[in-house]
Amino acid sequence: MGEMEELRKEMENLKDQITAARKTFQDSTLQEAAAGVTVVGRVQLKTRKTLRGHLAKIYAMHWGTDSTLCVSASQDGKLIVWDTITTNKVNAIPLKSSWVMTCAYAPSGNLVACGGLDNMCSIYNLKGKDGNVKVMRELAAHTGYLSCCRFLSDTEIITSSGDCTCVLWDIETGTQKTVFAGHQGDAMSLGVSPDFKYFISGACDFTAKLWDIREAECRQTFGGHESDINAIGFFPNGNAVITGSDDATCKLYDLRADQELLTYQDSSIMCGVTSLAPSKSGRLLLAGHDDFNVNIWDMLKAERVGVLAGHDNRVSCIGVSSDGMACCTGSWDSFLKIWN
Amino acid sequence: MTSNCNVSNMRRLVEQLKLEASVERIKVSEAAAELQQFCLQNASKDALLVGVPTGSNPFREPRSCAVV
Repeated sequence: MGEMEELRKEMENLKDQITAARKTFQDSTLQEAAAGVTVVGRVQLKTRKTLRGHLAKIYAMHWGTDSTLCVSASQDGKLIVWDTITTNKVNAIPLKSSWVMTCAYAPSGNLVACGGLDNMCSIYNLKGKDGNVKVMRELAAHTGYLSCCRFLSDTEIITSSGDCTCVLWDIETGTQKTVFAGHQGDAMSLGVSPDFKYFISGACDFTAKLWDIREAECRQTFGGHESDINAIGFFPNGNAVITGSDDATCKLYDLRADQELLTYQDSSIMCGVTSLAPSKSGRLLLAGHDDFNVNIWDMLKAERVGVLAGHDNRVSCIGVSSDGMACCTGSWDSFLKIWN
Repeated sequence: MTSNCNVSNMRRLVEQLKLEASVERIKVSEAAAELQQFCLQNASKDALLVGVPTGSNPFREPRSCAVV
């Protein structure tokens, strides 16, 4: 009993230490630093393409690195690979389990992955010899739903799960290389750093964590949100993290200052954030909400500068292509839209 | 047995917090300046920010004129 009390005290002391340390580096705010910058003018993006074909709610989408192809996952039990310019369906992959919650496109373009309430991450080879797309590997070990997955390469993928852990998998052997434990609630979303050395995870414990992939440890933990974090992404230069939460706000955390820099909120926005994506320069933050809209924020000034209204149901996923040319939104209304 | 699990969990949490407390930090003013600089330096390449001329927008059909 004595040891527990001592450990608890030590824990509280360390938490206070971290809070105090962060304060000593808070010599300014992003607001002050960006005081001389003019707010971005009104951003009005138009729907350029509508991708029709799914027969039920779309839960996830991910751009391929070529900025032309993308993959989407729907609870109609299909993964569809789209050519966003022609709107043609390049592949329509039937899934064993229709309860899909996430999908990902490998940087090489050779593989796609998905998973959900089956607790597994299934890897599909798009470039099989006979032209048929087949399951290449089923990564099973999570004891909770698969909320998100992202490829590091054709041989490694990271997953986040309702079992509160994130896992780095060896795709060839189908085994877990590293289990990243630490979140005290369902891990809902993950993002990989531009240099592939780190990943970030957002969870139902209201925190975001930065993980060192090779050292297999959590480096930093960021709090402040008042509800589940559903979406997370890296600022394009890899030095900051953006989170989106059920508390209807997004937050920007700087990794090197180890603290929150800004909160994006508006009293008129009362619906949780489901998804987010920064624009190529990081200046714009696009956030999808439960209220069918996507809000566009000036990331430096924390002012709302636009809205994408076009879906007839919740916007569940959003992504900006690598060349920054377009944004894709996916919705429970079963459509994907390409905007710029 | 439960109390043992709790103690080892707490020890792990304490070690983790020690690690997070030891991270090297930079001043917010420096971090904010670099974020701002990145945004401004890359603004011209950000199509959603500056727009795309119709002719070079891969997602827009080029208007074609038929010569009758």
